[in-house]
Amino acid sequence: MKKGRLELNIIAMALFIGLLFLFRITFDSYKMKILNLCGIYIILGLSLNLINGFTGLFSLGHAGFMAVGAYTAGLLTMSPAMKEMNFFMKPIVPFLAEVEWPFFPALLMAGVISALMGFLIGSPVLKLKDDYLAIATLGFSEIIRVIFTNTQSLTNGALGLKGLPIYTNIWWSWGAAIFTILFMVFLIKGSYGKALKAIREDEIAAEAMGINLFKHKVMSFTMGAFFAGIGGALLGNLLGTIDPNMFRFVLTFNILLIVVLGGIGSITGTVISAVVVTVAMEALRVLDETINFGFVTIQGIPGMRMVIFSLLLMIVILFYQQGLMGTKEFTWDWFFNGKGFRKTLKKEVK
Amino acid sequence: MTFQVFMQHLANGISLGSLYALIAIGYTMVYGILRLINFAHGDIFMIATYVAFYGVMLLGMQLWWIAFPAAIIFTYFFGRLVERAAYRPLRNSPRISVLISAIGVSFLIENLAIVIFGGRPKAFPIPPIFNKIIQIGDVSIVSITFFIPAITLALLVGLVYFINQTKTGMAMRAVSKDYEAARLMAIDVDKIISLTFGIGSILAAVGGIMWGLKFPQLVPLMGLMPGLKCFIAAVVGGIGDIRGAVLGGFILGLGEIMLVAFLPALTGYRDAFAFVLLIVILLIKPTGLMGQKLTEKV
Repeated sequence: MKKGRLELNIIAMALFIGLLFLFRITFDSYKMKILNLCGIYIILGLSLNLINGFTGLFSLGHAGFMAVGAYTAGLLTMSPAMKEMNFFMKPIVPFLAEVEWPFFPALLMAGVISALMGFLIGSPVLKLKDDYLAIATLGFSEIIRVIFTNTQSLTNGALGLKGLPIYTNIWWSWGAAIFTILFMVFLIKGSYGKALKAIREDEIAAEAMGINLFKHKVMSFTMGAFFAGIGGALLGNLLGTIDPNMFRFVLTFNILLIVVLGGIGSITGTVISAVVVTVAMEALRVLDETINFGFVTIQGIPGMRMVIFSLLLMIVILFYQQGLMGTKEFTWDWFFNGKGFRKTLKKEVK
Repeated sequence: MTFQVFMQHLANGISLGSLYALIAIGYTMVYGILRLINFAHGDIFMIATYVAFYGVMLLGMQLWWIAFPAAIIFTYFFGRLVERAAYRPLRNSPRISVLISAIGVSFLIENLAIVIFGGRPKAFPIPPIFNKIIQIGDVSIVSITFFIPAITLALLVGLVYFINQTKTGMAMRAVSKDYEAARLMAIDVDKIISLTFGIGSILAAVGGIMWGLKFPQLVPLMGLMPGLKCFIAAVVGGIGDIRGAVLGGFILGLGEIMLVAFLPALTGYRDAFAFVLLIVILLIKPTGLMGQKLTEKV
């Protein structure tokens, strides 16, 4: 890092925190919710990008890890009275009935349990490649959903959990998002990041250079699962209710959309597209609803919003495969001199 | 469990297995040629069922024998259209892009279906011939349970003949073995790939219509679960191999039915069975039961 860059970073960070304060004063609760979602989707997008973009493993299991995180945090933070109200079909398992943790340890625990799941799943499954890995991880997330639907005394089954304490606010969501961004930047710059990118470019060559393929893959997968769990936990404690059907494949699809639009393998791209996609998802809600201008009524078509998003993904992948940023990143040099984005790689990903 | 109950489960398992096999063949054929999971296969299956539904609504129940083949022909062209729009432009792209494109087109079809057909479930019309109850001893079975394996078998014989005996079938095998060499032998690779998608779609359409006759509820996302399971069937049997797809389909169909029959406590886990089977098979024998070992070239 060149001289003076650190100061610039600190100033930018301070400005951003000031901006968050401003948002907090001026925004109503609906806009605040979207702002929170932006932060959460940044975490989720980055964690998927770590696995898919930087390591080149095609994982579709994100919804499963999010479910693990959301349920862990939810069960740990709910008050005992609330749990009793929720579990009227079958009483909750005794060791969870009386616990009520503060948010921070619950959040960490959500990440750790999710990472543990990632490790357990990853160790066998990561021997597979490409589409096999995709379908196995997708299968894993479906299994998680089926298990959560059926373990009545642990997760309250298909009824889901209601009345989670709303702990998530912009400080939690954006704090976690900024932590994730910093973590990713340092990880990717460091030797681990180089090893991961080497694996993405050519596994055999990477192995020949002395990189332990399996160890790095499992590590990347576990870290991705950790952040996915955190993201899921933040989401659960933002919405206040969770149920197994929330964590369908569509959720993974949304995150994949963010990663692809932003550019597979770019932190900056993921951050930008996470914000854009989250805001657009809300803004385009009008398409699903009937709009009345007084003199003319436009009939809303339910589902039109998702059609547009799938079309968008198709257009990007067919005609503009680099996405927004390709594998490039934001740098101050570019900001001041317009010298062009720093390329993280000489050769474009093939 | 009495004998007749067991026989009923067995018949059910065989007919479900044949359905899975039929759809799995579509996956395996496409994978054999393009090395690509056609995520949209389950949605092509769904489209076929909806088209058949609207065909019967339009023509009336008596003319189902026109409506069903019409739906199959429509699906054939629809499958080729999907290939043309979503896969052909990415022929020389990295596999991850093609995979994302496959997921994208699958979501596009699903969401378009929600917009066009509406999200509310529809009841599939069942012509009386498929709905008769047949008594064999003490076992009573709906006639569709017999039709499904019979039609599957007929299609299978036709397909194997087509692939092994005709010139086009030979071209297909050549393309799946070696792309470039096939092109040098003056085979129009694009045409063959498109045709493969078409044939896969026909099988999916037949499977879809029979699925509708067996489980007569239509929703736009109905293709998702069967699609995933049939892909798993193809992988379990050894992807790229038609016999493997059939074997995998039967293992999955029978396994699912028997799991519920013998261990009713696990009924809720029915959908997880396929995925557990997949992960187990991939770990023990990654190329599937009948798959050949592929070595990676540097």
